[in-house]
Amino acid sequence: MLTFDQVSKSYPGGFIALDRISFELAKGEMAFLTGHSGAGKSTLLKLISLIERPTSGRVLINQIDLSRIRRHQVPFIRRDIGIIFQNHRLLMEHTVFDNVALPLIIEGFTGKDMVKRVHAALDKVGLLDKVRCLPETLSGGEQQRVGIARAVVNKPPLLLADEPTGNLDPELSKDIMQVFEAFNQVGVSVLIATHDHGLVARMRYRTLTLKQGKMINDGLLQFEEPL
Amino acid sequence: MSILFSGRATGATAKKISLMQRWWMSWTHHLRQAIGSLGELWRTPLASLMTIAVLGVSLTLPTTLHLLVKNVQSISGSFTQAAEISFFIKDDATEAQITTLRTMLSADPEIEQVHFISKQQAMEEFSQLSGFGQAMQHVADNPLPNVLLVLPRNTQPQAAETLRARIEQERIVEFGKLDIAWLERLDAMLLLLRQAVLAIAVLLLSAVLLIIGNTIRLSIMNKKEEIEVMKLVGATDAFIQRPFLYTGVWFGLFGGCLAFLIVELMLWWLEAAIGHITELYHSHFTLMAMSLSEFMALIGIAVALGLAGSYLSVSRHIRAIEPTGP
Ligand SMILES: Nc1ncnc2c1ncn2[C@@H]1O[C@H](COP(=O)(O)OP(=O)(O)OP(=O)(O)O)[C@@H](O)[C@H]1O
Ligand SMILES: [Mg+2]
Repeated sequence: MLTFDQVSKSYPGGFIALDRISFELAKGEMAFLTGHSGAGKSTLLKLISLIERPTSGRVLINQIDLSRIRRHQVPFIRRDIGIIFQNHRLLMEHTVFDNVALPLIIEGFTGKDMVKRVHAALDKVGLLDKVRCLPETLSGGEQQRVGIARAVVNKPPLLLADEPTGNLDPELSKDIMQVFEAFNQVGVSVLIATHDHGLVARMRYRTLTLKQGKMINDGLLQFEEPL
Repeated sequence: MSILFSGRATGATAKKISLMQRWWMSWTHHLRQAIGSLGELWRTPLASLMTIAVLGVSLTLPTTLHLLVKNVQSISGSFTQAAEISFFIKDDATEAQITTLRTMLSADPEIEQVHFISKQQAMEEFSQLSGFGQAMQHVADNPLPNVLLVLPRNTQPQAAETLRARIEQERIVEFGKLDIAWLERLDAMLLLLRQAVLAIAVLLLSAVLLIIGNTIRLSIMNKKEEIEVMKLVGATDAFIQRPFLYTGVWFGLFGGCLAFLIVELMLWWLEAAIGHITELYHSHFTLMAMSLSEFMALIGIAVALGLAGSYLSVSRHIRAIEPTGP
């Protein structure tokens, strides 16, 4: 469903963040993306969500080349992709409810239907009691979970997560991973970028490993490799 | 329908709702966004009030000038007597001759009205008005002539002039006097005034456009972060624009209303002063205030400028904001 075909990305200034990356993620597959800090994990996710465009190579979703997507179509692409951002990216002046409701409002949901979906999403991440709070009053981990609720609220068929457990304790990390697994079980494709090696090893999912922009491993992580 | 995932029904359209319901939903949605923008203005009351005040003042000047032109025009319009022709009667004309001429002129199809001012009447009026009453009593011989005031049916300067020339032929008429030069001058001045007002109005209205555009630009910059997030979760430019457009409309509306209030206050204040002057001139001039249609035009122009100003700003700056991602 998601295909990277010899994708390279160099940032202005000539820094090569990704170097001829090729892989494929099947429909309903869940995979981890690991690598040292600066390896290019976020860059790879940005190429999928059309925040950045590749320098060369092709990124395809369902055989549709993302380079063919025109500017005005980008918002509609992003509605199909749930993204959990490394730095949360919440609206700090709006309540948790408003934050989670945003993707729904954009898609034209209103009234009871919208409220029901928002509550369901917040329930999944265990934040139903914080609906009326402002993100500022939440802990880092709680903010992270608001971001997760927002990413899944409109049930996207593809979920990208950039360090979703960065600020969570092991217990909560496990809960959140279970949320992802639950989504995966209903057919959502999930790609999770993370540093958390213990987590990756425990979960035993396919793991893509990047090192200085190159893909050095694709498959189950066999051993605790020093990254 | 999704572009990438065929068969994925997206958004509220996924539910089957009637056209009527959808229409109703879009209206309530717009209303909610409009009220939301109003709330945004309220969050920064001082800044919003300042902007509205600037807009109000900028709109007041063209409105006032318009009213000025309108009033001056109505004054000049009330001078149809300007086309009045005065015929000075020869001193040796007899009472009977004058009466004959009066009846003859009254019957003339080109003449609307004939009014006779005898030399005695003229004298009385003059001494009353001039305040020279006492002095005039000492003038033994009345130097003023008998005058026939003729109001032509056709008040155009050209026609009036022909009429004057014709009646001047009468034997007992010394000469006829048609004072049209100043009328022409007044007309020319009015035209000039109107053009000046138009130029000033255009300048000030473009100022309004720029003020609104800049205010909206600043509020876009303040919300850069928020706009990026909205773009990241799939908001179209149009969706992000709408609240800002509403903000522009509110600015226009409030600015227009403020201008109206200022103008009304000014008229009320001037009314007393003008009443005093017109009394001195024995005239029944009353200041013409803003009519309903003029009020609507003011508000309409203000709102349109608000919308246009914010659109100019929004269409450029929102497009320029691109998220830099996770
Ligand atoms: N906008 C940019 N302009 C220039 N260089 C960039 C930009 N974004 C990222 N880079 C560079 O690209 C490299 C990869 O960055 P990326 O954010 O993908 O790393 P990462 O694997 O997500 O790291 P981390 O685990 O710390 O989040 C980094 O060396 C970074 O300096
Ligand atoms: Mg990163």
